[in-house]
Amino acid sequence: MIQIDNITKIFGTGAESVAALDDVSVTINSNEFFTLLGPSGCGKTTLLRVIAGFIAPTGGQVSLDGEDLLSKPPYTRPVNTVFQSYALFPHLTVRQNIAFGLEMLGRPKTEVSSTVDEMLSLVQMTQMADRKTSEISGGQQQRVALARALAPRPKVLLLDEPLSALDFKLRKEMQLELKRLQSETGITFVFVTHDQAEALTMSDRIAVMSAGTIRQIGNPRDIYDHPAERFVADFIGDTNFLEAELLSIEDDMARIRLAGGAETFARTVEGESRDSGAVTIATRPEHATLAASGEGLLSGTICEVVYLGTDTHYHVDLDCGARFVVRSQNQPDQAQDRKAGEQVDVVIASGIGQVLRD
Amino acid sequence: MSDLSANFQRRERRLRFLLLSPVMLILLFAASGPLIIVLIYSFLTPGAYGNVEWSFSIDAWFNVILKRDIFTGELSFADAHLTVFWRSIKLSLMTAILAFLLGFPTAYFIATRPRRYRDVWMLLIMIPFWTNLLIRTFAIMELIRNEGTVNTLLMAAGIIDQPIQMLYTEFAILMGMAYVYLPLMILPVYASMERLDFSLVEAGYDLYATRWQVLRKVIFPLVKPGVVAGSILVFVPCLGAYVTPRVLGGGRQLMLGNLIELQFGQLRNWPLGAALSLTLLAIVMVALIFYVRAIGREGASNV
Repeated sequence: MIQIDNITKIFGTGAESVAALDDVSVTINSNEFFTLLGPSGCGKTTLLRVIAGFIAPTGGQVSLDGEDLLSKPPYTRPVNTVFQSYALFPHLTVRQNIAFGLEMLGRPKTEVSSTVDEMLSLVQMTQMADRKTSEISGGQQQRVALARALAPRPKVLLLDEPLSALDFKLRKEMQLELKRLQSETGITFVFVTHDQAEALTMSDRIAVMSAGTIRQIGNPRDIYDHPAERFVADFIGDTNFLEAELLSIEDDMARIRLAGGAETFARTVEGESRDSGAVTIATRPEHATLAASGEGLLSGTICEVVYLGTDTHYHVDLDCGARFVVRSQNQPDQAQDRKAGEQVDVVIASGIGQVLRD
Repeated sequence: MSDLSANFQRRERRLRFLLLSPVMLILLFAASGPLIIVLIYSFLTPGAYGNVEWSFSIDAWFNVILKRDIFTGELSFADAHLTVFWRSIKLSLMTAILAFLLGFPTAYFIATRPRRYRDVWMLLIMIPFWTNLLIRTFAIMELIRNEGTVNTLLMAAGIIDQPIQMLYTEFAILMGMAYVYLPLMILPVYASMERLDFSLVEAGYDLYATRWQVLRKVIFPLVKPGVVAGSILVFVPCLGAYVTPRVLGGGRQLMLGNLIELQFGQLRNWPLGAALSLTLLAIVMVALIFYVRAIGREGASNV
């Protein structure tokens, strides 16, 4: 278990100083696939480098299984890193790269060679063992970097956007591969990415970061279905934002009045303190449906129909002035399709929308 | 079509030849020409007042390492010459090693500075190069002579009673040459250090290598080409150094350059001077071949 308490990192001094991490606290469980997700510059890589030991934080504490990490140099931490650029040693072969960590730990020769063989087969690189790292493809380098970091059996594996240099298809493959390796080895993975789809596919839990702070932590479904605030809702997936008036809170559900005057219920985030006033409601495009005029909560006119193969996006100009997108899965029966210019109502089931934090 | 491209290739080749010809001419006349003259002179008889007499003799080549007793005609090794050879090789090697020991940390220091400061540091390294070699050598002499700065300070501090004799020793030559040729080590080492991807250093630390292990197992193998280039750049001119051993060795500690100059000057034995020059050339070439081969083999096993 990694315990991160009040970590702050300030780069630069005086007027030029920037807080890359601003009082970040998070607990990462053992044997968990934990993802730090956020746009570039949000501090996710800085946090990873603090755990690895390449950066000393300005303040705060990091401990691993109750043991303080910050007082140890990187070469004594039971933590290994897969670098974004892989950082494979160009003067060594694939086998020598994977053996490097074990040799530095002073493991006996026989143990080194059997562990390396095991790692080579784990990442399916046995055929390439004696190649130079410059003679193998990007995807293969990725596997070697992974094997090299896993070989010393660290307690925690840190992965710094390791898939960003791969093409789409290979990335999909490696995502599943990483997930498999994590469950096979039982090592805690801390994965950094800016790719929300990647985060949703692989993670047990996700921490969404922005401007040096963690905005929300939760499992992929929580994060996607119930974003707590506008940044998270906007950063992950597509979202419709609706202005509404909060009428009351009843059993953790918010009774709200939408712009058209219709009343419904929406979920609230934990610790919601407001019970009246203007609020913003987030709804995923696929969580709403279209119905004939007069049958739904919000009325409007279809202004654009975008066909995307598996589904169709209907852009609806609501009477209240907002734009709402409804995503509907395509059926073989074309007769169900709606056309631009049609008068429709948008249906949002009660309790589906999410009242966002301020 | 193929006719056209063949034509084009021919024109291309002619153009390349034209562009190269000035350099080729200079090399032919300014490098090969004198070398051939030296080779010819080494097989001639010395004239009484310098110069040469045009009669064939291999005495000069004999005298490079052998000497004939004037009275008995007995042959023995020319100890004086061998001492000079040995001193030249020894001091050149030591200079290269000293330059490496001083230059490697310096290059590392500069390469790890923020990018905008690196040029300033390199400039500081290069500034001594703008001063005349002779003046710099005399400056060293001023530092280490018996009444010089170092001895004066040490005596004033009460650390020594008698000045330490540093000038006119091999130590003085070593110091002088290391100082003069240090930039030639720093430049190529810095060049390869600057290309070094420092995430590899982080990867080394991450994989349980201590500072020393990272230096030995990651940094050094990757900057080795620079170290090889640097040590050749230092070793070769040291072997033929003339000014530094002349000034700081004071004519007592001769190196090859001084011995050759003696033959052409006071001793008026031009053929021997020519033979010694060619011997120096041979030593350099043999040393380089060994070096390049050793590095090449190691490189091949790594590649």
